[in-house]
Amino acid sequence: MYCSCCFSLPNSSGFSVATMNGQLKKCHIAITSFIDSCSPFLIPSSLSPSLCDSSHNLDSLPIVAVEMIHSLFLINHSGDIFLEKHWKSVIGRSVCDYFFEAKEKAAEPEDVPPVLQTPHHYLISIYRDRLFFLSVIQTEAPPLFVIEFLHRVVETFQDYFGECSETVIKDNVVTVYELLEEMLDNGFPLATESNILKEMIRPPTILRTMVNTLTGTSNFEERLPSGQLSTIPWRRSGVKYTNNEAYFDVIEEIDAIVDKSGTTVCAEIQGVIEACVKLTGMPDLTLSFMNPRLLDDVSFHPCVRFKRWEAERVLSFIPPDGNFTLMSYHVNAQNLVAIPVYVKQNISFFESGSGGRLDLTAGPKQTMGKTVEGLVITVHMPKAVLSASLTATQGSYTYDPATKVLVWDIGRLNPQKLPNLRGSLSLQAGAPKPEDNPSINIALKIQQLAISGLKVNRLDMYGEKYKPFKGVKYVTKAGKFQVRT
Amino acid sequence: FIEMLDSNKDSLKLEAMKRIVAMIARGKNTSDLFPAVVKNVACKNIEVKKLVYVYLVRYAEEQQDLALLSISTFQRGLKDPNQLIRASALRVLSSIRVTIIVPIMMLAIKEAASDMSPYVRKTAAHAIPKLYSLDPEQKDQLIEVIEKLLADKTTLVAGSVVMAFEEVCPERIDLIHKNYRKLCNLLVDVEEWGQVVIINMLTRYARTQFLNPNLNECLLEEGGESTFYGSDADQDEDEDEDKKDEALSKRKPYVMDPDHRLLLRNTKPLLQSRNAAVVMAVAQLYFHLAPKAEVGVIAKALVRLLRSHSEVQYVVLQNVATMTIKRRGMFEPYLKSFYIRSTDPTQIKVLKLEVLTNLASETNISTILREFQTYIKSMDKDFVAATIQAIGRCATHIGEVRDTCLNGLVQLLSNRDELVVAESVVVIKKLLQMQPEKHSDIIKHMAKLTDNIQVPMARASILWLIGEYCEHVPKIAPDVLRKMAKTFTNEEDIVKLQIINLAAKLYLTNSKQTKLLTQYVLNLAKYDQNYDIRDRARFIRQLIVPTDKCGALSKYAKKLILALKPAPILESPFKDRDHFQLGSLSHLLNTKAGGYQELPDWPQDAPDPSVRNVEVKESVPEWTKCSSREKRKEKKVEKPFYSDSEGESGPTESADSESDSASSSASGSEQSGSGSEESEESEERSDSDEEEEEEEEEYMSLDVLMGPTPSPQVTPVGNFLSSSLVTDLEGLSLTDTVLSPATISPSGSLKSYELLHRITGEGLWVEYCFSRQPFLPDPHMVAVQIQFTNSAATEAKSLRLEEAKLQSGMRVKEFPEIEVLPAGESATVVMGVDFCDSTQAANLQLCTHSRKFFVSIQPPVGELMTPSFMTENEFKKEQGK
Repeated sequence: MYCSCCFSLPNSSGFSVATMNGQLKKCHIAITSFIDSCSPFLIPSSLSPSLCDSSHNLDSLPIVAVEMIHSLFLINHSGDIFLEKHWKSVIGRSVCDYFFEAKEKAAEPEDVPPVLQTPHHYLISIYRDRLFFLSVIQTEAPPLFVIEFLHRVVETFQDYFGECSETVIKDNVVTVYELLEEMLDNGFPLATESNILKEMIRPPTILRTMVNTLTGTSNFEERLPSGQLSTIPWRRSGVKYTNNEAYFDVIEEIDAIVDKSGTTVCAEIQGVIEACVKLTGMPDLTLSFMNPRLLDDVSFHPCVRFKRWEAERVLSFIPPDGNFTLMSYHVNAQNLVAIPVYVKQNISFFESGSGGRLDLTAGPKQTMGKTVEGLVITVHMPKAVLSASLTATQGSYTYDPATKVLVWDIGRLNPQKLPNLRGSLSLQAGAPKPEDNPSINIALKIQQLAISGLKVNRLDMYGEKYKPFKGVKYVTKAGKFQVRT
Repeated sequence: FIEMLDSNKDSLKLEAMKRIVAMIARGKNTSDLFPAVVKNVACKNIEVKKLVYVYLVRYAEEQQDLALLSISTFQRGLKDPNQLIRASALRVLSSIRVTIIVPIMMLAIKEAASDMSPYVRKTAAHAIPKLYSLDPEQKDQLIEVIEKLLADKTTLVAGSVVMAFEEVCPERIDLIHKNYRKLCNLLVDVEEWGQVVIINMLTRYARTQFLNPNLNECLLEEGGESTFYGSDADQDEDEDEDKKDEALSKRKPYVMDPDHRLLLRNTKPLLQSRNAAVVMAVAQLYFHLAPKAEVGVIAKALVRLLRSHSEVQYVVLQNVATMTIKRRGMFEPYLKSFYIRSTDPTQIKVLKLEVLTNLASETNISTILREFQTYIKSMDKDFVAATIQAIGRCATHIGEVRDTCLNGLVQLLSNRDELVVAESVVVIKKLLQMQPEKHSDIIKHMAKLTDNIQVPMARASILWLIGEYCEHVPKIAPDVLRKMAKTFTNEEDIVKLQIINLAAKLYLTNSKQTKLLTQYVLNLAKYDQNYDIRDRARFIRQLIVPTDKCGALSKYAKKLILALKPAPILESPFKDRDHFQLGSLSHLLNTKAGGYQELPDWPQDAPDPSVRNVEVKESVPEWTKCSSREKRKEKKVEKPFYSDSEGESGPTESADSESDSASSSASGSEQSGSGSEESEESEERSDSDEEEEEEEEEYMSLDVLMGPTPSPQVTPVGNFLSSSLVTDLEGLSLTDTVLSPATISPSGSLKSYELLHRITGEGLWVEYCFSRQPFLPDPHMVAVQIQFTNSAATEAKSLRLEEAKLQSGMRVKEFPEIEVLPAGESATVVMGVDFCDSTQAANLQLCTHSRKFFVSIQPPVGELMTPSFMTENEFKKEQGK
């Protein structure tokens, strides 16, 4: 009358021990020889195995234990290390010298190679918010794994402190350290969901900072978190709100390249649905679209049930608490993308090489009857351009002679009176006529419009009794929108 | 600090610890505070404690003796009733890198590996690599723990244990066999980071266990392939599968192992992950494992990643570049996604250029060249140089556009930027080598450039060209040499070498005009500072200038120097990089990184697939309190089965899922696997959601189960325990076989419910499950199996049940009293309850020698029913009543 699970285990484990002892010797040898043949330090892959054997001595080899992220260094724009964290033995700062060398070589911070090889380590770094996040690894690890994790760290900081800057990190160094401690264990990600982290380490708020200074307590949760233990790792338990609200922002960005003559070289629409869900308990939401067929390629927050999407094209999910990106999508590029504005440009330099002329006009193209707001035109000028003296019929312009960037902030686009910017450019004395073309980038915003035509149909909630307030907002922006000249 | 730390006030301690941690963060050495800090490890205040842990982990290695003082605190923590405290104690203990405590760590890990909390088991999995790196001698024992944890069925543990496996014993793929199907099925629900590790491991596993799906295709119809690419972009999965099934059936005799298919099918949804690393992992899996026709699905997902941060783009583009060499067609539809924006960082531009070049073909070359034309005008000179190289490569590969490219490049020779001109010269040189006769004007034009161009590489290239084809430009060549001889001393080394070459070649073809010049150049070279140049001069002189004792070689001088040189092949730097596993660090650096696991070649003959068959008996560990909810599922299974799933699952998936005992047991493990994590969340989830989720899972398992024909499955006797679902379906599949009730009742994993929590029970932990066996003493009663576990330090005595408040009509048959339950032991008993066909709870009183607990057993409806079999007619008759 015993259930099988009760007496099955002694059997099975006894069995496995017996067989394993038999095999272990062999595989131990296998691994030594494996280590031998792939030491990171000495052997370029092209060398033959016989060469490798003679080139080093086996005793001196470190143990190759694969671990992910070993250490993290935060480096500011001017190259100072202002925070370090080690998850295993300490690695000296000198390892960063290789990085600084690469940084010297690169013209822009963005040009520093994300992955660098040094004699004993590999450095994988990201550049965000004018800070470098440099991680040190010792052995093979998927580079994207590390990069993605570092970005997750940045996003967690932003989520906690509102921004991710050197000052903020220095001010909250203890919280930062606690976060890093929780996010990685032995170099392997442990808790990266903001809902879980917030249960363990409370983000600082102005009120709490004041209370803390007065009472001398800090941000750590007294209570132990439970979210880590459930299989809904993204949602904390025991959520309570007096006003239950769920907001969804459908944000679409147009990526386009338009050539000189105004023809679209390529254009596509990328969208995200950002959600802000503040609902009590464990709500189970279903979001459906009027025209889900539009969506060509999608990626989801882990909470979305993929099978339901496959079968019914609805988003069914138990949301995390707070702000999160529900999904991002791509709209089929074959459908012609509406380009909301055009820019007529004429930038020319005199043959003599003493100066040039600039004439820009912006106008509406396909705006679906909405107003274009926040229109900003950015022109990257050739190196030789010293200054610009222009007149704008609308908005204001600035020219930064150091970065050679001309920014024309137009604001709202008035279809009756098209904004124009014209004037002359002066070149460095003696410089030849620049041959390279300036490129024009456009930023804009259209409220209450999803340019792809995507429409949310309805949002249903199951699992909770109350009636939440629901809201959907649409915005279209220019993404990587470029006009070639 | 020391004063603050020694004070009695928590707030002062906290302040001190905060400052210390801030110092650690800045990289300051605070190791002298160790004794003062370590005293606080037992501090009650959780905030102080956490910071002390941070400190301890940082400095324990340096202060081993003092660190030992803290160990007892953690050992106590390991026994704490709160799973989070147990976990964190293990975490810190295992992070202290002190060799002396290895035995303690080993013990703690072993214990935690059989903890009933999956979170603690996860922590145990994390601790394994830590211990391994501290003391590799422990490997054998650690492998045992890994083996045990691999059998774990919770998603929480899966990722971490595979990580440990990869670090400690990646060569032991035999440990994976039994867990393979479970891992495949759990994959979607594992957390993102674990997914990456599991997918990478399974890629390697599959390479050793399955046959190459492309073996036949390599030989057959290479051209037919292209129709599959691209076209599947918009297709639904169904069509996709159909198509490939057709394709497969045409090319017998290869039949994909159902487990291979399982892996491909279960990883595909992860292409939709928000995590770039997961998408990349799936992409490489498909690239290395999928039949050619199916690899196309990854293109869209990879292109999506190009919208992400520039570092992500960088890595993805590297991998795409490698893929495009092997499978160009896959990315052709996305050509425009690789167009370059002036705002891209240079390294991204260069990589995109690489991809565009790889994608170039006769059909799209004109578009690509038009793009390249705009790139040449870019302000980023490095990028322009790369573009010129790319044009050169297009020109060598696609014959039709060679002349166009060449003309374009020649125009660039008049560019004002020297770098551009130099790069063009180098590329033109390479192109001209392919067909020099036609292009003597270009050579002439370039000869004129020597007056202006200063970039050494370009000058050297021009000189080489003139020397090589001096017969095409007989008038100009000597003149160029004359000019060069004049400037020889000021030239760079590579230019000097080419001047010597030019001189030698002219001497051999046109010695009348150039004899003296050559002598002059060689004399200059003889006294050069660079020994390479001196060497070259000496060598050339011996070779070409006839002297008395001239060697045998000079006879062949003309043949040697003026031999026809093969044109250089312009190749992608990404060629052949795919022998590294894509997505790996080694692939990115194009050198083997330490710890890189070679991707094995496909085996010639498939190893025995039966190693993956799982006998459920073995793989159910003792702690699976919640291994499955069979009974509840049982009733739900009926719904999808009768209503729609038959029609639905049939055409889509059935063709590739072999209906044999192997797959049925796979579904068995899947069922119980998914059941276990499912049931954990069920408490928190709403009812409606549960139903929905289960339906989804049902579809999945049915897909696997349903063979092409719903013929009665011949289940081996040994396997019939495997899963209730299998037997249920047998019963449901409308065959005539009448199964005895005993066959129906599964004794496999059952859903357990908690009767008494270990904390409220003061260490006594009681669970119950419905064993679905007939309760022999009284047929009206339902058998309830109760498991007592004593996790307290002392033994529990005289465990028995007393009836407290029963609903009218309910009856209970108690189990015989358990007299002694020693600490750490568990015991199982069976009792009978007659619920009177109601779902009311039976409220009972559980007594020990010292205490009484009120408990209740609540039966789900399904547990109250017994299956019975009847013919259709009988059923109608019954229904009619």
